[in-house]
This record gives sequence, C-alpha cells and structure tokens, in this order.
Amino acid sequence: MKPYLRDKLPQKLSEIPDFTAYEAGYLVTKNAGWRNVRPEIDKEKCVGCLQCYLHCPDGVIYKDNGKVAVDYDFCKGCGICKKICKVGAIRMEAEK
Amino acid sequence: MSLNAKTLNEEEFFYGHKACAGCGGSLAVRIALKVLGERSIAVLPAGCMSAVGFNFPQLCFGNNAIISTFAGTASMLTGIEAGLRAQGITDFQAVGFAGDGGTADIGLQALSGAIDRNDDILYICYDNEAYMNTGIQKSSLTPFGAKTTTTPAGKNIRGNLRPKKNMFEIVAAHGIPYAATASVGYLNDFIKKVEKASKIRGTKYIHIIAPCPTGWGIPTDETVNIAKEVVDCGLWYLAEYENGEYILNHKPKEFSDVEEYLKKQSRFRHLTEEDIETIKRSRDLKWEALNKNFRNN
Amino acid sequence: MAKRFLSGNEAFAYGIRLAKPQVISAYPITPQTIVVEKLSEMVEDGSLESEFIHVESEHSALSCAMGASAVGARAFTATSSQGLLYMAECLVYASGGRFPIVMMNANRSTALPWNIYGDQRDSISQLDSGWIQAYAENAQESLDFALMSYYIAEQKQVSTPFMVNLDGFVLTHTYEVVDVPSSEQADAFLPPYETENKLDLLKPKNLAFSAGPEHNTAFKYKEHIGMLNVKKAVADAEERFAEIFGRRYTGLTESYFTEDADYILITLGSIAGLVKETVDKLREKGERVGLLRLRYLRPFPNEEIAESVKNAKAVAVLEKDISFGNEGTVYTNVNSALQKSKISIPTSNYIGGLGGKNISQAEIETIFYDLKQEKFKVRFLSVGGDLK
Repeated sequence: MKPYLRDKLPQKLSEIPDFTAYEAGYLVTKNAGWRNVRPEIDKEKCVGCLQCYLHCPDGVIYKDNGKVAVDYDFCKGCGICKKICKVGAIRMEAEK
Repeated sequence: MSLNAKTLNEEEFFYGHKACAGCGGSLAVRIALKVLGERSIAVLPAGCMSAVGFNFPQLCFGNNAIISTFAGTASMLTGIEAGLRAQGITDFQAVGFAGDGGTADIGLQALSGAIDRNDDILYICYDNEAYMNTGIQKSSLTPFGAKTTTTPAGKNIRGNLRPKKNMFEIVAAHGIPYAATASVGYLNDFIKKVEKASKIRGTKYIHIIAPCPTGWGIPTDETVNIAKEVVDCGLWYLAEYENGEYILNHKPKEFSDVEEYLKKQSRFRHLTEEDIETIKRSRDLKWEALNKNFRNN
Repeated sequence: MAKRFLSGNEAFAYGIRLAKPQVISAYPITPQTIVVEKLSEMVEDGSLESEFIHVESEHSALSCAMGASAVGARAFTATSSQGLLYMAECLVYASGGRFPIVMMNANRSTALPWNIYGDQRDSISQLDSGWIQAYAENAQESLDFALMSYYIAEQKQVSTPFMVNLDGFVLTHTYEVVDVPSSEQADAFLPPYETENKLDLLKPKNLAFSAGPEHNTAFKYKEHIGMLNVKKAVADAEERFAEIFGRRYTGLTESYFTEDADYILITLGSIAGLVKETVDKLREKGERVGLLRLRYLRPFPNEEIAESVKNAKAVAVLEKDISFGNEGTVYTNVNSALQKSKISIPTSNYIGGLGGKNISQAEIETIFYDLKQEKFKVRFLSVGGDLK
C-alpha cells in the first residue's frame, strides 16, 4: 500500500495509540515546501523510458498514459530525474 | 524475464519520508521494497531511514515495518521470522535495512549470529560511508582519505586514515547462502539481486553503495551518477557470492578517472596527489585479487 | 498434577513448558544456564514445540524476543547479572514497545569484583526499565510465576514485559518437591496470546516508531498506567490460578504474622524462608514479630506495605542491594510508601547477602532485637559499623 495523506491528526490522549503501533503509511504532512526548483515534464519529448521513475529517491514520479507525471506534494526537487533523462524531457524550474 | 523499470511493482511502499533531497539510502530502500512487495516486513535500526520514516504520526512505510535497536537489526529479523513461522505463516519476507555503521560496526555481532544460524532473512546494508544521521562521523566503512566530522582534514591528518572494511567478504566467509554488492548507480543489477535473494532460503546479504549528498558534498542531483562512477573507476565493484563461489558481475574495460571521481566530492577535496596515488594503488591491488579469486559472468 | 523433585531453574523450565512460548531465545550465563538447557531438552524431545534460537548475546536474546513478540508470538528469554546489564538497552525498548515478553533472571552479583553468586543488585538496578519485577521465594512459586507472568503481562491493559527473579544458586540450584500441573490445567489457565500490538500481514502497521516532544509524554503516561494496572491483573490471575490449581497467592506482598506485630522485617526473595523460621522461633518466645515479603518490586506495593505496617512500632528492610552513596533501594522505596501514607515509624536498613554471602538466622534475630531496642540504622551485615 502506498502511504497517503490523512485528515485526522491524532492529538488528544484518547487518540494516541496505546502502543507504539499505528496504521502503516499514515501521512500528515507534505514535503512540497522543501523545494526550490521543480521538475517540469515535457510530455512531447518524454519517451516513457521510466528511468526518472526508477531513480527517484522519493518515488514521486508515476506512470501517466505512457509518459510520466510528478506528485508535487512530495517532490523535494533533487533533480535526479532531470540528470537521468536521456532525451531532455525534464527541466528544473525555479519555485516562485 | 527479469524485473526492470517497466515491469517493477508500481506500488510505492516508502513514501512521504523526510530524507534529504537526493538521498541514495532512501532510493535503495524504495526499490528493494518494490521488488519484495507488500508481504515484506521491514526492520530498520536507529539511523537515517528510521529517523526519516517513522515520526509518529508521520509513518512512511506502507508495508509492515518496525524500528529495531541500533545493534539489533539482524536479531529482530530473526525473531520476526521465527515468530511468524511458529504461527504457521511462511509467505513473507523479513528484510532489514541498516546503514554502514549499523551493519559493519555496532550491528556486526548480531548479523554474524544470524548468518551463523542461517536464519531465513534478507539483510540489506545501505552504505553511505559514514554516520550520516548523527552528522557525518566516521564508520568502519568510511573510505581512506574521506573527511568526516570525526576525521577532519587538517595539517596533521588528512581525513580518515583507514581503508574501508571489507564487509562483503567478511559476510561471505561465514559460508552464507547468498551475498552480493550493488550500487544505486546500477539499479537494474540491484533489482536482479534483491529478486534473486528473495527466492533463496537462509540468510541473504546485499551491500549497496548509496551516496549521501549531504555527507559526500555533492549536488543533490549527482547521487545516481556518482554511484555509477564509483563502480566505473574501480573503487567499488558489483559481485555475488553463491554456493561458495565469488562472481564478478561487471568488469569495466578501462577504469574511469579516480581523481575525477574523488574531486567531485567535498569530502575528498583536500587529498594530495600522493593520497590519490595511494587510493589508486589499493584499487589495483584489490582488482588483482578480484581477477584472481572471482569468476567472471 | 505430578510431584517432582526440581531445582528452581528446572521448576521454572517446567512452568515455561506449560506456558508454551512460540519463540525462546537465550544466551548462557551462570546461574541461569540450567533453565535454558532444560528447555532445549524439552524442545529436542518434542515435549515443547518452540523455536529455540541460539543467539550470540543477551542483547540479541531480547532483540529476538521483541521481534517475535512484534508479530504476536509468545516469547521467552532468561539471563542473569552482566547479561541483564548487557541487554539493558533492550529492556527499555521492550517495555516502551509494550511487548509482554517473560524473562527469568537468576539474581547474581554484578562485577567488579567478579562473582557468580546471588545478590539482587542486577535486577534492582533495572527497576526503572519499565518491567514488572517479581521475586520468587521457592521452586514452587518459581513454576507458578512462569505461568502467571504470561497471564498478567499479556492482559491488554497491562501489555508490559515481566521479569521473574530467582536468587542465584540459593533458589536456582536448590532442589525441592514441586507440584507440576498438567498441560490441560495450564491450557485452561492461560489463553493464547492475542494482541493488536503487532505487525500484521493483513493490516500492515508501523511499529516501534519515534514520538517527539509533543506526543512522547502521552506514550510514557500510558506505559505507566499499564504498570499500575498490574495490581488488578495479579489479583485476577491469582484468583483464576487458585480455582484451577488450588494454590492461592497473596498479591504484590505476602504477610507473615504482621497483623499484631510490633516489629516487622520487610524483605524479598528466597531469604524469606529463613525469616519465616526466625519469626516462628521468636514468636514461641513471645516476641511480636512478623515478616512482610515483597513479591513484586514493580509495580511497587505502596498500599500493601502501608496497610501491613501501620500498627507496627518499627520496621527493618533487609535487602541484597546497595545504591552507593545513598542506601538500599528497596529501603528508599519502602520509606516513600510509608511517607505517602503518613506513617511515621522508625525504619532500619540491612544490606546483606552481597556476592552470595550467607545470611544467618542469628543475624535475622539480631535485626528484630535491634528494632526492639530502638537501634535504628543502615548497616552492612557481616561488616558492621552503622552508617548515617
């Protein structure tokens, strides 16, 4: 199962688990704020080789109609995808 | 057909974690879990991957996962495997992900014990060559010459004076069913090895070089390239140990430039020509031994 | 039920066989060895179905037991002295993780100087580790603790690891006639372990995580409540135990002629047997003396102590322990219990049995007569010289 964002932030004593055990993949914060630059995929150039998807340390690049797309909630903007792309389909754009 | 980017499980199991941008260790964990799938139970000792993935209530493993004590990765894996088997459950993979310090230093005794018992577990060491989580201190897998916060490079001492411990062959010397080296610069090779290991009964060990941009002093987008280069220049090698035999998986026709590899990283920037010659000499000696003792495939 | 002539270690192993732990991991250390040797034989001869893991250290023994507990298996380990201290990191880990592992500790002196004989400095040094701590008096109680400890530790509202302490050699290696219950009786007493606190292939979990300043206190509060819930669980377990096995225990403490006693000696472990004989002897002479045996040090029997000694004129604590620079730790805890109940009677502390030093009946008699003569002090038995 892929970890995903939840609405509920356990805070009160009754919401804290009795043990150090909790539902797997429980996310309450995003990583988008870490980023200075963002990868932009040029869908025209993308050949769907998936090397960016394979090498992303955060797993935020996913398959999208034979090409790829980015989950910007969790991309940290490391730029590995741009470096690995053999056809130059990824540009790093400054975050505003 | 072997697994690759196209055939790999599309599910992500390690997601939303707080590892530094460009973290090689998180890439190794992510890819291994995609190979092993949802029935893997991950054990991570105190260290980078547990620190970035397990802060209640932000829990970043989609599969079953637990933090062990720093020294106890292998022994906790043993308990998990035995505990489930005792309950009649056998279709799972107990997998450990420990760093270089957690493996070659504090966790070595427990790892050795598990291999000795031939417990049915997979142990993956993501080697970023220092205690990165605590702020880049030397481990026994820090290579010669590297500057860390406990091996500073100054006038009297130029970084770490000791060579990297040979974990792969130490593990193999136990007569383990399967051991391998890997690099996040050669992910297809790593994927193949994880898949192979998952099908072997008994203890399996994979040692993967996983660069740390923060600790190595490289840009965040260089992780994969530098992990490829360390193999291409001959300072790391891709190999397996199986059925009592060493196998070399990849033999560069000609080594790429060691100095170029070193000088890209701020941890090596202080090295003199003499230091670099020392590193080259030890590489050549290592390859002499590899060529002699390892079969090519 | 069958009568057998067993040492404390063997009796404990028989109790563990009845509790059927699915995983046993242990590393040998004197004087614990016989319990793990015996369990190995039981696994070998098929009378115990359990994964016996030959770990390479005590740290791994408990780490392995935690792994097993973290997938919902019942786990057992045993250690002693330096071994207990070597696994200290895992002690707090197991209690923080709320893993109801049972461990037998053969009480033994801690180095330096090296010494393999019994005192209680090993376990008492770990009172704050978050484990339930019980101290057996004899081989029968050892066996019964082996069974009851799982019942208590595994109650959901407890979920706390349980350390059963047996005095090294004096109890672990001494033979007594012991009632060994049948497997059917044991099964009727102890249900299989069920928990939500586990890695689950059908409902994946993340376990043993970090919790920062915001949430940390809540987890520690719950851990404390779990320990406080032990008292009720002990009462339930003993009630159930009496129904099935016909032997009744008395909760966190055992009182021996305390009701009308002017002078009460508080102690723990196997020395209580000799104290009981001494009480009998002095009672025959008309002395109003009594014994309060602490069966548990954690949770600490604050109320029970206060209740037992409230009418006494003075109290002495005899323990095989010293907290250097202060006094015996049991004594500190007893004084705290008295103070909380506003009982202000004089108290004395006797440190004895260190490194296996014999405590004689004459010495115990002297303790009672000292109390009677209003000589209140902290004293090392066999060394003499009053402190403070």
